[in-house]
Amino acid sequence: MSLTATFTVNGVRRQVDLPDPRVTLLDLLRERLDLTGTKKGCDRGQCGACTILVNGRRTNACLALAISHDGAEITTIEGLATDGVLHPVQEAFIAHDGFQCGFCTPGQIMSAVGLIAEGQAGMDPERVREGMSGNLCRCGAYAGITEAVLDAQARLDAQDRSQAA
Amino acid sequence: MSEIALNQAPAHLRQGSNIGQPLTRREGILKVTGAATYAADNNPPGMLYAVLAVSSVARGRVASLDVAAARAHPGIVDVMTPGNRPALAQDPDAKDHPFMFRMELLQNDRVRYANQPIAVVIGETLEAATEGATLLAPTYETETARTGLDGGESFAPPAVGVGNPASVDRGDVEAGLAAASRTIDATYETPAQYHNAMEPHAIVASWTADGLSIDTPSQGLAMAQGRIAGLFGIAPDSIHIRSPYLGGGFGSKGLISGPQILGILAAKMTGRPVKLVLRREQMYGPVGHRAPTRQRLRLGADAGGALTALDHHTRTASSTFDDFFEPASDISHTLYASPNLATSHEAVRLDTGTPLFMRAPGEATGSIALESAIDEMAEACGMDPLAFRLRNYADAEPISGKPFSSKALRECYRQGAERFGWSARPLAPRQMRDEAGLLVGWGMGTATFPALMFAAEARAVIRRDGTGLMETGAHDMGQGAWTALAQIAADGLGLDIDRVEFRAGTSDLPDAGIAGGSAHTATAGTALHKAGEDAIAKLAALALRDERSPLYGAGNAGVVARDGRLHRRDDESRSESYADILARADVPSVEGRGKGAADPAAQEAYAMHAHGAVFAEVKVDPDLGQVRATRLVGAFAIGRVINPRMVRSQIYGGMIWGVSFALHEKAIVDARTGRPMNPNLGEYHIPVNADVPALEAIVVDEQDAHVNALGIKAWARSASRGRRGPSPTRSGTRPGRASASSRSRWTACSADDQPAGCGSPLEPAPHR
Repeated sequence: MSLTATFTVNGVRRQVDLPDPRVTLLDLLRERLDLTGTKKGCDRGQCGACTILVNGRRTNACLALAISHDGAEITTIEGLATDGVLHPVQEAFIAHDGFQCGFCTPGQIMSAVGLIAEGQAGMDPERVREGMSGNLCRCGAYAGITEAVLDAQARLDAQDRSQAA
Repeated sequence: MSEIALNQAPAHLRQGSNIGQPLTRREGILKVTGAATYAADNNPPGMLYAVLAVSSVARGRVASLDVAAARAHPGIVDVMTPGNRPALAQDPDAKDHPFMFRMELLQNDRVRYANQPIAVVIGETLEAATEGATLLAPTYETETARTGLDGGESFAPPAVGVGNPASVDRGDVEAGLAAASRTIDATYETPAQYHNAMEPHAIVASWTADGLSIDTPSQGLAMAQGRIAGLFGIAPDSIHIRSPYLGGGFGSKGLISGPQILGILAAKMTGRPVKLVLRREQMYGPVGHRAPTRQRLRLGADAGGALTALDHHTRTASSTFDDFFEPASDISHTLYASPNLATSHEAVRLDTGTPLFMRAPGEATGSIALESAIDEMAEACGMDPLAFRLRNYADAEPISGKPFSSKALRECYRQGAERFGWSARPLAPRQMRDEAGLLVGWGMGTATFPALMFAAEARAVIRRDGTGLMETGAHDMGQGAWTALAQIAADGLGLDIDRVEFRAGTSDLPDAGIAGGSAHTATAGTALHKAGEDAIAKLAALALRDERSPLYGAGNAGVVARDGRLHRRDDESRSESYADILARADVPSVEGRGKGAADPAAQEAYAMHAHGAVFAEVKVDPDLGQVRATRLVGAFAIGRVINPRMVRSQIYGGMIWGVSFALHEKAIVDARTGRPMNPNLGEYHIPVNADVPALEAIVVDEQDAHVNALGIKAWARSASRGRRGPSPTRSGTRPGRASASSRSRWTACSADDQPAGCGSPLEPAPHR
């Protein structure tokens, strides 16, 4: 049985042969599409290093079978910057030193983008911490991560206001 | 949110234009775009996937493996077992020196710990190899596992840590205890812990016509190269290792591990590039851990609260087949003045993977016990914990009597206490509650870590276009080597950082020594600094002997290097650019070399340590016993700060490790089988974002003329030490993660929330 699936990955439509139905979205990205920015830390949905956006929602790519997401729109860390310009969340992570070793960082950033889009946390640091708590950081860069998410949220809010005006 | 002020190094501590600046990470853009390449991100053409099969028993032998079933699975290329593993040039059980740890490389069918590799399945895809590994369906002849600190006959280890004597004393502890007006005798236990770097150990290995090409995370490239060379009987310089970024190490990537060697063997067996990545649960065995300890402290004090005796004894565990003994008692060598002082260790051998250094080995485990005992003694003396520590402040290193090269701990206590508001703390426990009725407790602890120096080399080049090149095989595991070392390199050459190409992270560069012991910036940084000095001296020599140079004849007055120019020291208006000097001399470049190493004379004369003080507020639910850390203030004296932004992050990371030690992490071993019961990030708890309190770090001004040329001390690990929190439950706030009660058995009596009596294992707060 030969299976194919179609994904829109970072804005590019890709048809993928999936001869093996066991392939997760994470392993598809990393091992077959050479998008290695998304990391594998635990492979069982406990660490968040593999967080990507699937149809705009934060998703642990290690827990998602690729074949069951046929047709999905996927955004990974590689698709966040546009034309070489960093996304405000990426900029804020650098400015606030929201990482050390950097291994959890792609997942943290995608989770932050998702959280901001969800509009659940606003500018409340406690809710940001809660909303970012599915993403582990063993280096302990949490203070910088929280600052970065709040800073990026403020900048994105300001952008929205200026666009609305 | 976190109260965060970026504490810049005072101006007089800055050197040149780069050191002391809070630059953002130079590799930052790569890390936030996913372009930073960690080992497992490499996919060379023709690559195969290797997956380990690991033992589900802790002791015995593998009786059978269904290799045929694995081989029959589509996509399986080969299965490596003890029967067909390629030959090695060296016995994996050989041990030529203490830093050479024995490995399980399928040398036989013995199982000496749970999660030990017993076979390697190699497939065209990760999915096939993973399935193949499960199809092996091993059976075992199982023997009874020896577990727990009472699981074996204890003995006195020949040495603890890396070559430290197991027992040291000064004065007469028994006489000191007899003369004391108050004594305490308390026992504390700390659990086994696992490094759990976010990046699992990984390797991509290819055998080529030129030798062996490897991508793997390493905190010690030259040592890894040497170890691989010995095992495979090949020349070290035929092995090229790339380790530009480590996804965390914490000691577990200091030495190359058995699974990484198995990846190289799989590549050799198949003649194709192979990727092998540990699964998270496979990291609970073959790649080291922090050993459990049981520590007994006996303290005596006179009527005025001065210590008369301090006896610190540790029982710890190593594996049945190799030696690493957690040097927990050694913390008492350094911290508190006592005329009578004794430290000792005993150990048992268990059916476990060999323990290893994990972030502050000995200091983390030892200070949690010592600091708890100090708090209990303060309580017994009716004294404030900080006042008691000041009463027993060590002006010279207690065990050796040597003066400290520098020690601004009093200032750490003062600034930390002031910022925290410590003076408002009531002496008696259970006096403070918040508006929600939670008990509020304040506690504090002292941090210390030796200012170590290993050995490193560096190469500096000044090029004809006026730019510089600096090379050392340094390792960035998140501590900021790419940035901080580049800052030192640029100042060493008198250039702006953007004019210097800095190369690190590969094994073909000069040996930067091991990134461990919080010594990497000091050691590799000193080598870079000296290489820069050497290159500048050679450049100056070209100019000083050239009568057409404005620097000609500067001779005894000398020159200074700044902003890409050499200036006469006695007349700074007379200067010449590097490019002009090299152009006129008609040479393409000048090259310098430098070494970083400890100064034996200074080490003989002085005790060298970084210090700090951490103040913590916790809140305890009086009904549920749930403890949450809500506020931490740390003040640290760590010598010269190279990059305050990165130091802040390192200190916060260390403080969070302290919270984790106190409230979260604990490996649980099944006493019947010897298997780790929580080998995953859902059940082995490390703090999540919501667990982390408001943090504040103060860097106390400290200059040290003795520790090394740059005045750099340990910056990272000291923060994780010396903090102990009142224990018992985890605050499970992470969505989708169980809130288990991971109870630790040690306690801290200085915290106001302390519901139980001192000196006894802490049980959850009783319902009231």
